[in-house]
Amino acid sequence: MEKQKAIKTSSSSVERKRLGFRKLKEIFHRLKKSTLAMIGLAIIVLLVLTAIFADYIAPYDYSTNDLKNQYAMPSKEHILGTDEFGRDIFSRIVYGSRISLQVGFISVGIALTLGVIIGASSGFYGGKVDMILMRFIDILQSLPDILMAIAIMAALGPGLSNLMIAVGLASIPGYAKIIRSSVLSIKDNEFVEAARANGSSDFRIIVKHIIPNCLAPIIVQATLGVAYAIINAAGLSFIGLGLEPPTPEWGAMLSSGRGYIRDYPHMTMFPGLAIVIVIFALNVLGDGLRDALDPKLKQ
Amino acid sequence: MSKYILKRILLLIPVIIGVSFIVFALLELSPGDPVRNILGTNADPKEVEALREEMGLNDPFLVRYGRFLKNMIINRDLGDSYLTRTPVVDEIFMRAKPTVILAALSISVAIILGIPIGIISAVKQYSIFDNVTMVIALLGICMPVFWLGLLLILLFSVKLGLLPSSGFNSFSQMILPSLALGAQSVSVITRMTRSSMLEVIRSDHIRTARAKGQKENVVILSHALGNALIPILTTIGTQFGQLLGGAVMTEVIFSIPGVGRLMVDSIKMRDVPMVLGCILFVAVSFAIVNLVVDILYSFVDPRIKSKFS
Repeated sequence: MEKQKAIKTSSSSVERKRLGFRKLKEIFHRLKKSTLAMIGLAIIVLLVLTAIFADYIAPYDYSTNDLKNQYAMPSKEHILGTDEFGRDIFSRIVYGSRISLQVGFISVGIALTLGVIIGASSGFYGGKVDMILMRFIDILQSLPDILMAIAIMAALGPGLSNLMIAVGLASIPGYAKIIRSSVLSIKDNEFVEAARANGSSDFRIIVKHIIPNCLAPIIVQATLGVAYAIINAAGLSFIGLGLEPPTPEWGAMLSSGRGYIRDYPHMTMFPGLAIVIVIFALNVLGDGLRDALDPKLKQ
Repeated sequence: MSKYILKRILLLIPVIIGVSFIVFALLELSPGDPVRNILGTNADPKEVEALREEMGLNDPFLVRYGRFLKNMIINRDLGDSYLTRTPVVDEIFMRAKPTVILAALSISVAIILGIPIGIISAVKQYSIFDNVTMVIALLGICMPVFWLGLLLILLFSVKLGLLPSSGFNSFSQMILPSLALGAQSVSVITRMTRSSMLEVIRSDHIRTARAKGQKENVVILSHALGNALIPILTTIGTQFGQLLGGAVMTEVIFSIPGVGRLMVDSIKMRDVPMVLGCILFVAVSFAIVNLVVDILYSFVDPRIKSKFS
């Protein structure tokens, strides 16, 4: 009897996995219809590969000074030129992709985790919990996210982990509000009632039944969120509150090249272009995912 | 309606108190000792202790916050700068003008360009104009203000020599910063106007207006735009917040002596009261803009007005 039950459970989980895989395939099929989204996806894949294989792709070390080659314009030896210390700009951009990706994904992870906890509790429990949590979110939202990040950086001081925490914490309100509204639209559905009747705890209902059903807006917001996180982190480094030299962060590179813009514009041109390309890719991928995950919205 | 406005103004108070508490608590965590910053690292410990006592830094956190709040609400005083020893409020009022002008000019650029372009794009959907505009708008959204600012300096100041690259005293000095800061908002407002107009243009009342023989201009500008304005107004409100954030970068790039630059400089110098004052200034400005947008809703949509009358 128990053996039969075990077989039944395992076959239902296999079935569920198969269904999930089929759904993913369907979403990817719809995503493929958007050329721009596919270009965006290709750029992001390329960026991830660049970050992983930076040691093999970058022709020079990102921090080695070469004072004989200061301010070199783009050439065969240095395809994007060199900076004020003779460091190869292409190599620094390649290594900088690691930082941008790290900041983008980890800060979104922080924002998403806390946003899900706040938004889901607020929407699920309602009443006083909702009132208190949403007033807290309103207070956070009364400052533009970059300014909240600046305030947090002022408290924590410069550094990569602090930058990720600051950018992540500053973007919690957006996630919390989206998740709350999704939970509100789902929590009265019959499958939630059924789970409650089965004796599932609130935590289990939220984690197993509600959150998987509001994944679409979360995924879209997270994709666009990575773009905002990269821009905000670069902005903070640009004004001197994020990462400090010689870290090859794109915003910090722009900031140090700023003083030489009249004579050596390549020092600011290429790191800026790298930021724009990545933000473009994440934006079009986010738009494509929105249409692919919610075809009704597109119609 | 006045009841609604009064309610909204009263709601600002807890928000401002909340922001001040969060920022006050955050700055409490900031590394470094303000007294050592003022007197120097080699200062006499007795002097350090005396100044700490004088500045009230030996009191518990909540006592200090309570004192700050009392001074802010009753005396409209945000304390003195650790560095210049001048009142924070005076310094902020002195620096507020360029920031407010910059934000106002940028949002004006965004509205003047964004709404008409969005309307034309919607009316001529899928035309060459629409496609080109949407590509430019997408690029505009992807371009960070700090890079666009540098590109504008490179083109208009360095290469063409047409406009100055720093300062904020004459109109010519205001052009590049306003364009750099407003560009992203132009893109966002254009996209929002287009999609909002597209939704309205297909609705029945527009078809009815056309069937009654109304001129196309009247149909678009009066019947369609009037009904598409609510999401556009919301976007303008949120964009203003983004502009206040972006103003920090713009002021740094173009060396504008505004509140944003004052904030960045104060953070670097660990001037806690000044940082707190600057952040509160932005929070209050943002809240006032949102209040104005909410009031404007009632003029655009009579249903909202009737709810509160």
